[in-house]
Amino acid sequence: MTVSAPFSALRILKEGLTGNTGWTRHWRDPAPKAAYDAIVIGGGGHGLATAYYLAKNHGLTNVAVLEKGHLGSGNIGRNTTIVRANYFLPGNSEFYSHSLKLWEGMEADLNYNVMHSQRGLINLFHSDGQRDAFVRRGNAMINQGDDAILLDRDGVRAILPYLDFDNTRFPIFGGLLHPRGGTARHDAVAWGYARGADRRGVDLIQNCEVTGIDIADGRVTGVQTTRGAIAAPKVAIVVAGRSSQVAAMAGLRLPIESHVLQAFVTEGLKPVINHVISFGMGHFYISQSDKGGLVFGGDIDFYPSYASRGNLPMIEHVMEAGMTLMPMIGRARVLRSWGGIMDMSPDGSPIIDKSPIDGLFLNCGWNYGGFKAVPASGYCLAHLMATGQPHPVAAGFRLDRFATGRGIIDEEGTGSQHNLH
Amino acid sequence: MRIPCPLCGDRDRREYYFGGAALTRPAADADAQAWDDYIHNRDNPAGVSREFWQHEGGCGAWLVVTRDTVSHAVIAVARTKEAQA
Repeated sequence: MTVSAPFSALRILKEGLTGNTGWTRHWRDPAPKAAYDAIVIGGGGHGLATAYYLAKNHGLTNVAVLEKGHLGSGNIGRNTTIVRANYFLPGNSEFYSHSLKLWEGMEADLNYNVMHSQRGLINLFHSDGQRDAFVRRGNAMINQGDDAILLDRDGVRAILPYLDFDNTRFPIFGGLLHPRGGTARHDAVAWGYARGADRRGVDLIQNCEVTGIDIADGRVTGVQTTRGAIAAPKVAIVVAGRSSQVAAMAGLRLPIESHVLQAFVTEGLKPVINHVISFGMGHFYISQSDKGGLVFGGDIDFYPSYASRGNLPMIEHVMEAGMTLMPMIGRARVLRSWGGIMDMSPDGSPIIDKSPIDGLFLNCGWNYGGFKAVPASGYCLAHLMATGQPHPVAAGFRLDRFATGRGIIDEEGTGSQHNLH
Repeated sequence: MRIPCPLCGDRDRREYYFGGAALTRPAADADAQAWDDYIHNRDNPAGVSREFWQHEGGCGAWLVVTRDTVSHAVIAVARTKEAQA
């Protein structure tokens, strides 16, 4: 089987003139070997990025990614595709800043079009207090080296004239513009990392469910799967949404609750919304896909769920918030809605750390923010697995911060407790 | 999702406040590990789960709801006093 040659504009032209018959598979379909130097459980965005950076940055190519279904079949294809680096707290700020820089070089690095579009992200604020909070956030973003511009009401009106500026209940006071924020084609990110990892020798093994984790004398020795036992001295659990179940195979009980987060898309429309916009007085954020659909989402349903479908109360809230902010979308017909299962941690921030079992690594707790984190998450987990040391930008994502109370990263300032994020 | 309140009858999910997994509070002199397990660590089952819910928009009673987290089916509901008796 031929593996796909590098992509280029010239090749598209050539294929276009020759009936597009020369395109081949983007990655191999290998059978699992008996042993690897490292195993990544989970073939989603984070798992594939981890494998890619293990190979690229650390020369570890005898690596397998084990995926229960097909590559990229989980949350990487179920999100609202927003990419941003507008975090406030140390721990998050440097991590997402690093991630955005990786996004900006991703297409050239992977030789893959992920349709990364830095169209600008605007967080609206609706009161003096919210303005103060966003000024502070903007300054934190600038201190981190990223970009932030404070817009007043007229500044917002100039670029988003279609918002309801006459709303007396939730007046628009202004917005914080993050020009480098934007969106990307979510599936393509998984495919790009998969192809990049495969070309460097990583085995991407699909339809291979992990059923057990082998541990001897406190060290991980491999995994049991539906395609047989596979040995490895290093195993990473990168299965957001199902982290508790896989960790339980190693006898671990994680600080994670699974919740459903819903998203929606309308029928395709002519270009109308040119930015990513978030409402500050209800949970609603929106962008328009390159295909024309309005893509928008809300908050989690706030009780544990593994049902990958939505519940009506949150749908109602999101629609009401959308209509309050931009009544013009009222005539657009919603094509479909869906839910993704989120790993919610007590403080709303992720975990990239060693587990109490030697050689077993955890990458979980991405809450509602996993998509934009994909490159840095893989980059930093690969660094941890290869060197045994946390990468400096992910050093705050410790598992023990909950037990010790040190280094809690509570971005929303609501408290470090399940049920609050 | 609808939850049958033992006092008020079958009610919409919006009348209820989710209060977390129904765990037993450790003794005051329990060690740090016991408190960490109680406050942070979760079984987080994909299947049958026991949870505290409050009928906030109704009678205000705290309930222990046995629920399937995959199908959202409510299996059993009891007042906390009865559930813990």
